[in-house]
Amino acid sequence: MSDFLTVSVLLATLASGIRLATPFLLAALGETIGQRSGVLNLGVEGVMLLGAYGAYYATLRTDSILFGILVSLIVGGVMGIVYGVVTLALKAEQGISGIGIFIFGLGLSDLLFQKQVGTPTPIDGLGDVAVPLLGDLPWVGEVIFHQNVLVYVAFLLVPVLWFVINRTPFGLNVRAVGETPEAADSLGVSVDRTRYITIFVGNAMAGLAGGALALELGIFQQNLTNGHGFIAIALVYFGAWRPSGVMAGAMVFGLVSATVLQWKTLGIVVGTTASIVGMFPAVLTILVLVLVSRRTGQPSALTRPFERGH
Amino acid sequence: MGRRGWLVGLLAFALAMAACAEEEDAGRSADDPIRIAMVGPSASNDLAFTQSMVDSLDRLGEDYNIEVDVTDGTFVIEDAAVAIRGYAEDGFDIVLAHGSQFGGSLSEIAPDFPDTVFAWGTSRDTFGLTNVYSYSVQSDEGGFINGTIAAHMTESGTIGVVGPIEVGDIKLYIDGFVAGVKSVDPSITVNVNYIDSFSDVALAAEAAQAHVEAGADVMTGVSQMVVGATGVAREHGVLWFGSQTDQVPLGEEIVVASQIYRWDFQLSQIVEDLLNDEVSGRVITADFSNGGLTMAYNPGLPLADDVQAAADAVEAGLKDGSLSTGVE
Repeated sequence: MSDFLTVSVLLATLASGIRLATPFLLAALGETIGQRSGVLNLGVEGVMLLGAYGAYYATLRTDSILFGILVSLIVGGVMGIVYGVVTLALKAEQGISGIGIFIFGLGLSDLLFQKQVGTPTPIDGLGDVAVPLLGDLPWVGEVIFHQNVLVYVAFLLVPVLWFVINRTPFGLNVRAVGETPEAADSLGVSVDRTRYITIFVGNAMAGLAGGALALELGIFQQNLTNGHGFIAIALVYFGAWRPSGVMAGAMVFGLVSATVLQWKTLGIVVGTTASIVGMFPAVLTILVLVLVSRRTGQPSALTRPFERGH
Repeated sequence: MGRRGWLVGLLAFALAMAACAEEEDAGRSADDPIRIAMVGPSASNDLAFTQSMVDSLDRLGEDYNIEVDVTDGTFVIEDAAVAIRGYAEDGFDIVLAHGSQFGGSLSEIAPDFPDTVFAWGTSRDTFGLTNVYSYSVQSDEGGFINGTIAAHMTESGTIGVVGPIEVGDIKLYIDGFVAGVKSVDPSITVNVNYIDSFSDVALAAEAAQAHVEAGADVMTGVSQMVVGATGVAREHGVLWFGSQTDQVPLGEEIVVASQIYRWDFQLSQIVEDLLNDEVSGRVITADFSNGGLTMAYNPGLPLADDVQAAADAVEAGLKDGSLSTGVE
């Protein structure tokens, strides 16, 4: 254990935790704004897969990471429009529709990959960017403030999203349609329009989360996200529908995963013990969810379709 | 058409059906291709376990008249079970359940189709059934060769291993790799990290990153998740050793050598048994001595003469039995 408790290893673990947390954070923040407006999207995983493939393929073909990021956002946004039409216009049940989106994303991303690329072909992924001044700090600067640009974007979105939800008229509308859509409607707020916007933004962020994963790894593979989208949904509950809470949840999950990896690498845990310790992130998530479920904070109209006059 | 016409037509149809039935009873004619179906857990082009079988079926097709159908990406065992049973119902001659996790399903399905030949692996269990073959590999041998080379090439004296789950041919390979390194220089540190997932690419990347931060300048790994680890290896200029398939496409500048699974060694024996009506169900293990395992070296990263000589000596020793990996 003494090998682990050194400054360099602890900072490396922190940096690893931040990298691992980033895709979860982006996707969970997107899901947060959707759920605050009363829309649950269980299809985050599928949208992430499509975003990941879109970003990977665009970068592979054009050598432009910026274009890859843009494509991941567009792919996510398009999936948001599809999900909005299905759940808002066609009034389909949100849970089932989300699962459909997940299966669609899983299948389509794999099909496109097989047909358009075939063998996993590496691309030059996102390089690290040093934050001016902070990047020069001893120890901390080198490890924490030398990350890829989407890491900074993800963490900057936390206060931005908090501000939008809590300090803007649009955020007020979002909260209103998520709590009492009938009252919001009676005051002239368009429930459907507000939800279309949150679904679009939330899915675009899920697409970006997938893109962040593919561009960080510099590769795409079948089922690349490997459950990230479902964990992101859990993190929304974990964070009690607050951006800061969601960030805390993503960081806890990332840090626990990074710590377990370091322990295994350094031989602190081996064999059966290592396998048991490897379950910590999932067990921790379940435990926190059980505790959080006792708290209030869930939008009252979550998963409830709105129909004027009903 | 009058009543007599209908009767004649019905009689002709009945005779034709009877003739067809007789032809089916007579079995597959010599000109018919052998129909082989494969169910694999990951993508056909994963540069790992599933692709190793797809490549082997391609090689088998060079020697035999076969017709191949593949269902890949069956991460979910229940999905694989449906595919295995479906292929058997469709009359395929040989059904390959390519994954040790499919054994439970196969043990239930195979007794229902005694005329179908099943094969699965990696395993050494045929469930006592005469229509079930199991195939396995002495992957510790290629691991030992890779480890020997790795020990000669590391400058930092630290080597990292990214493994998925500590089972079967994967554990054999990694244990063999560690033994190979230690056979050259016992003082070299080999950090082994099983991430408990065959498919978590992000976790594999972070495990590789942890190895790099621990000082590793050489790494190896197994299964389809290694594409994450090789990305980190490329970024840091860390040398990489592969297993299952030739992993040069994952990094021409870093992949030194790969152990190749040649499943066609086992498949050809199963096909021969089928053609000679000698299907019996047995365990077939591939190793370097029988040609079921081979090495592939990256021509873009040629080994120094003494290192290549050391690797060749180990391979020769494994083939003639004068050398053992010591892995149980």
